[in-house]
Amino acid sequence: MRPVYALSGGVSKFAKARPDKTFQAIIKEAYDYAIADLGLDFPTFTRLVDGSVASYFSDHFTRQLMAGIMAQDYLGLCPKPGHRVEGGGATGGLCLQEAWKSIASGHMDVCVAYGFETMSHVETWKGNEFIALASDVSWDYPVGGFYSGYYAMMVTRHMKEFGTTVEQMAAVSVKNHLNAYHNPYAQKRNRYTIADVRAAPMVAWPLTRLDICVMSDGAAAVVLASEDGLKRLEQAGAKVARPLVRVSGIGRGTDAMRMSDRPHVDYDTFLRDYATEQEAASNETKAYYRKLWDHGTRYPGVHSFRAGRTAGNMAYKHAGIHDPLKELDFIELHDAYTSSEVQTYEDMGLCRYGEGGPFAASGKAFMPGIDYGLKLAEKPICPVNPSGGLIACGHPVGATGLMQGVFAVWQLQSTIQKHFGDATLQVKDARRGAIHSHAGTGTYVTVSILEREG
Amino acid sequence: MTRLPDQRDETLGGYIVHGVPFPVETDPDALAILKRLAPIQIEYPYQVTYLHSYGQDSPWFAGAANKHLLATQDPDSGYTYATPRGHDMFSGHETRWIDITDRPAKVHAFTVCHFGSEEFLPETPFVLALIEFEDVNTLFLTRLMGVDPHAAALDWIGMDVKPRFLRNSKLKPTDVYFIPAGN
Repeated sequence: MRPVYALSGGVSKFAKARPDKTFQAIIKEAYDYAIADLGLDFPTFTRLVDGSVASYFSDHFTRQLMAGIMAQDYLGLCPKPGHRVEGGGATGGLCLQEAWKSIASGHMDVCVAYGFETMSHVETWKGNEFIALASDVSWDYPVGGFYSGYYAMMVTRHMKEFGTTVEQMAAVSVKNHLNAYHNPYAQKRNRYTIADVRAAPMVAWPLTRLDICVMSDGAAAVVLASEDGLKRLEQAGAKVARPLVRVSGIGRGTDAMRMSDRPHVDYDTFLRDYATEQEAASNETKAYYRKLWDHGTRYPGVHSFRAGRTAGNMAYKHAGIHDPLKELDFIELHDAYTSSEVQTYEDMGLCRYGEGGPFAASGKAFMPGIDYGLKLAEKPICPVNPSGGLIACGHPVGATGLMQGVFAVWQLQSTIQKHFGDATLQVKDARRGAIHSHAGTGTYVTVSILEREG
Repeated sequence: MTRLPDQRDETLGGYIVHGVPFPVETDPDALAILKRLAPIQIEYPYQVTYLHSYGQDSPWFAGAANKHLLATQDPDSGYTYATPRGHDMFSGHETRWIDITDRPAKVHAFTVCHFGSEEFLPETPFVLALIEFEDVNTLFLTRLMGVDPHAAALDWIGMDVKPRFLRNSKLKPTDVYFIPAGN
């Protein structure tokens, strides 16, 4: 596999509705921004790019099949190769990785990954119905198909087994909304308190409206290249920021569509097949887990995302990461729900299973230098969702994972000030970050590692 | 020679539009104002009739219609699925049907939906629950009745429950729901 560099990106403003443009034109906003950031004009980039990967989740929202080729056409990329990927909420993460494969394999030297979703064409409750069709339509959907309900069931189990509290989850909402206050691309930029989160209308007990991301219209694009591709772009006048940002590891995992079918494995199987490198090497952690299992915990059950653990372990191995909390400078994590951010801390090895709640409220995942109005016992170690995440930026599904990629590139290029007009969210001396993309109750999960060279 | 129709019937669309604002002049300078036009949006109903097959899972629905809760089981390992699967995920073998109607059952996880998909909005608030059964390896998603949706509590997890069946089957997984075992 060849080195793959993430050179530039663009994001449209995420908004509740963008009736002013069709989806192709919204994608073009993000695409043009990525090209302009390279210092190239549209015809030059069109000549040099080898192909594309398109990302969007639902044909229902657009009421349009083959929207990918319509975007390819609008962007002037025909007849170059391209294809659409789809994997629920993880579609953007999968798209980025497919583009990575195109470069790493030598099939392409310059590849653009673009994605979108326009969710405003139906009312919110119909949108929820479309999304719920991404659950088993024989067994899950007819019982009361509602993704917020599915995630709420997962977290009631997490709360019961581990003592996780709604206030710990609300800390995630406070953090992500306030981070987004400094992100002009975000849909919701507000200062909330824990009390505000809990007083918001209940959606699916115990998750309130402020524990849950919103539906959005939006698009994002990332340009990836090999060393040869970079040379080709620079010979044509591209100004690529140094040090370069390399995608140094990718990982993916899957799990059963029906939560009810997820296994409940014993302690030995967990340690053998799922433990992180750190967990397997620590007698103290093994004793901690033995105690959990003695009290009835089984893995992954419905309280953990086996696909997320699998993706994380794979990406860490690929990138040579042994202690993610200390070796990652930030993570853009798929926080469709505050609860899923808490659960994912555990899956990504930032803390042990059962400790996601205390970790969420500890301060370790907060940005330094921002007053959240919370008493945080610990200093920030690895900011999670410095952009504001899905909860505050919005979640135009096919664009979301790519939006994470764009923000990660800007963090590692130290260009947040340039792109946001505000340096508050710039993680100082960011050298390595992870982006995490997640589909329906953890069915598909991707983790990609991006790092600054040199 | 018969003259063929060369004009479409203009009332077929179900609505008639009058007086859409547009520049009187159509030279490029006059048309430049179109860039400032608000987007035009139309709204219309979208409905389909869909034929869904339960395929190899069909016997479960026949069982529920006859007030039996069926599950499937790998005949060799005994691995049992509360939500039926035609083939075992570990051995790949075809599973067999077993009856778990009278198995002791508990709430494994739950939520109260105060909001939902359009189809289920009229039913809110309703309780969704995952049920665990004795000696069954996987769970079953269902509605939980007989509890107050406005008094949700983590204590519901672990509650003993039992199945109750609709008197009139709809051939849906909601033909069975669960209630507290003491009811």
